[in-house]
Amino acid sequence: MNQLTQSRMPSRQHLPIPRQKMPEQDAAARADNFNEVNLGLTEEAARLEAGRCLQCKKPRCVGGCPVAVNIPKFLGLVAENRLAEAAHVLRCDNALPAVTGRVCPQEKQCEAHCVLGRKGSAVGIGYLERFVADWADQHCPPPAAAISAQGKKVAIVGSGPAGLTAAGELARRGYAVTIYEALHKAGGVLSYGIPEFRLPKKIVAREIERLQAAGVTFRCNVVIGRTYTIQELQAQFDAIFIANGAGLPAFMNIPGESLKGVYAANEYLTRINLMNAHRFPDSRTPVLNGRRVAVIGAGNVAMDAVRSARRLGAAEAMIVYRRSRNEMPARIEEINHAEAEGITLQLLTAPLEIIGDDRRWVTGLKCQRMQMGAPDASGRARPEPVPGSEFILPCDVVVMAIGTRANPLLTATCPELKLNAHGNIIVDENGMTSLAGVFAGGDIVRGAATVILAMGDGKRAAKSIDQHLRAQPPAAN
Amino acid sequence: MNKVVSRQQLSRGITRLEIQAPRIAEIRQPGQFVIVCLAEDSERIPLTIADSDPQRGNITLVIQNVGHSTQELGNLRVGESLFAVTGPLGHPTELPDQGCALCVGGGVGAAVVHPIAQGLHRRGVKVTSIIGARTREQLIFETELRRFGDLIVCTDDGSHGCTGLVTDPLRTQLAAGPWAVVYAVGPAAMMQAVAELTRPAQIRTIVSLNPVMIDGTGMCGGCRVSVGGVTKFACVDGPEFDGHLVDYHDLLDRLTTYHTFEKSGPGGAKDHCKL
Repeated sequence: MNQLTQSRMPSRQHLPIPRQKMPEQDAAARADNFNEVNLGLTEEAARLEAGRCLQCKKPRCVGGCPVAVNIPKFLGLVAENRLAEAAHVLRCDNALPAVTGRVCPQEKQCEAHCVLGRKGSAVGIGYLERFVADWADQHCPPPAAAISAQGKKVAIVGSGPAGLTAAGELARRGYAVTIYEALHKAGGVLSYGIPEFRLPKKIVAREIERLQAAGVTFRCNVVIGRTYTIQELQAQFDAIFIANGAGLPAFMNIPGESLKGVYAANEYLTRINLMNAHRFPDSRTPVLNGRRVAVIGAGNVAMDAVRSARRLGAAEAMIVYRRSRNEMPARIEEINHAEAEGITLQLLTAPLEIIGDDRRWVTGLKCQRMQMGAPDASGRARPEPVPGSEFILPCDVVVMAIGTRANPLLTATCPELKLNAHGNIIVDENGMTSLAGVFAGGDIVRGAATVILAMGDGKRAAKSIDQHLRAQPPAAN
Repeated sequence: MNKVVSRQQLSRGITRLEIQAPRIAEIRQPGQFVIVCLAEDSERIPLTIADSDPQRGNITLVIQNVGHSTQELGNLRVGESLFAVTGPLGHPTELPDQGCALCVGGGVGAAVVHPIAQGLHRRGVKVTSIIGARTREQLIFETELRRFGDLIVCTDDGSHGCTGLVTDPLRTQLAAGPWAVVYAVGPAAMMQAVAELTRPAQIRTIVSLNPVMIDGTGMCGGCRVSVGGVTKFACVDGPEFDGHLVDYHDLLDRLTTYHTFEKSGPGGAKDHCKL
């Protein structure tokens, strides 16, 4: 580390280098295809970008990262073109860097804390994370299976970001890990939720293959709570990590939600991402191709849905959101990309009713305009209706992307698990539930959150499971 | 992978498959269903478990050809395998401990009431079943249902049993009560007609709904149905609901969402949808 710092240029010389731009597919072309939008930095651009890092003595960026990646260290190695070492450093803290490099809201996390961001642009930490992960996938062999003689077995419920992260961490520590997945394909939200144009499925597949090579067993088409109960898993495994996701999509309970052409974002995205509906009839599952698609909500899921609608051929794909642009929860990059692709934003607009024709197909969304009023209890400005501003937004498909509720399927069959008022599992500071040896994390604990927070939970749970199992006598078998 | 161990063509367009699924065969209860996926890129289709053989590790599924995916499933041969069978899903049927129960099955619904009648019979509840179809040829599960109690058969054209709809003998049976519960499974219009007949006497009536579904675990929200004015997800809240509270019009309408795709789908032009 000393050598590394000495070989670096004085910090004032870093400032003139501008933040490197992420090369991307042309906006007009990409609005018609599902290929990835961001193309990734070149090696030269990555070196330049990494060289912008000031190597702060007290790096604030690390504190902004939910999994505490040693950012200055891996950036320093990239700047020196020591990419394999950079990948090693990155992987030590982050099990899925190719994923998080693409989907993390860096502008609210690591990059928000970068000192360079105060006077100019923060270092493109997300770009570099993606660069190093993609480079390593091409150049570094996957880790070998590390299952040891400890003989202890861990079951993981759900193969989304929390489950995959925990699996990687536990396999590395020598545990025999089995992941149960309800769908026919592993990856959870990375497979069914986030579209190809933002997170290519081959990247998710590669991470799963990597875990398989490390000795993790995947059992798809098994629904814990139905096919097996938690109690049955307890009899077979030394510890359990529940990371089965958020589940049930929320609706607004406005008239017209059962009209044909109304989707929950989960269904709309699952049809496309998991079932390949955009390739129908070559694939077998269809999706309604709206000419005018209104997506209600302004988070990342809403952005994924509206940009998918555009790619399915919608002449007009709209975001309908009752607050203003400043409050939109989506990543800034997604909003910018969406606008470049011709997505329109109906801001300060609240849906009141979905209108249908006499055959019960959606024809429009009755809305009213809103204005931002005084802050509510949470400190956020509260949107208030503008009297007499009702209007009808013509559309033929409506997608609800307003969040999810806790899925009761597993918890209802395991009454010993303590839940909060929303139905989410309660865990202690180590991620353990009210059942000894049963841990939980991700959306089933947090409600709808992000990939990286779920991964942070997976990492913490793996550490806690390791401690918990070390404190117990070795398995009899 | 789940292998097909036996196949029987019950009628034109209705196939009975016995499939290896040991865990599901072991624990399934009346009213539960599975999601099947023929190949990796196939549709995910919910199907009620009609029967099971825990010793051999097999479950029985009855498939009506209503479109491309169900046709592909029905064409499976013994020895071939399905890519995925997931379950058992949904809440088991609410079964009384005693008394008399009526099971009404219309068309392929006879296969869905079969496990209910079986469950009732095992508990010692006296079962009377009424099944109906358009013609004798389309009538299924007659022998199987007869094992659990009295059976009344009717066909639209009178080619077997009484002439007419299941609601005709139902009227007579309801008058001969008392009934602890009536189960009705079949086309939405039939379930609605049964519910209207049992409503005046407020006889508990349970129907099994078959909306479009993808994951079957509550995640997609596609299977939402309106029950007593409240939106329910058939996969996790059902698939069985109080027949007096279901909005059948809504159910039937939502089932038609993808009909145009069946026509434009692979090989779809030549088979018209039979739902």
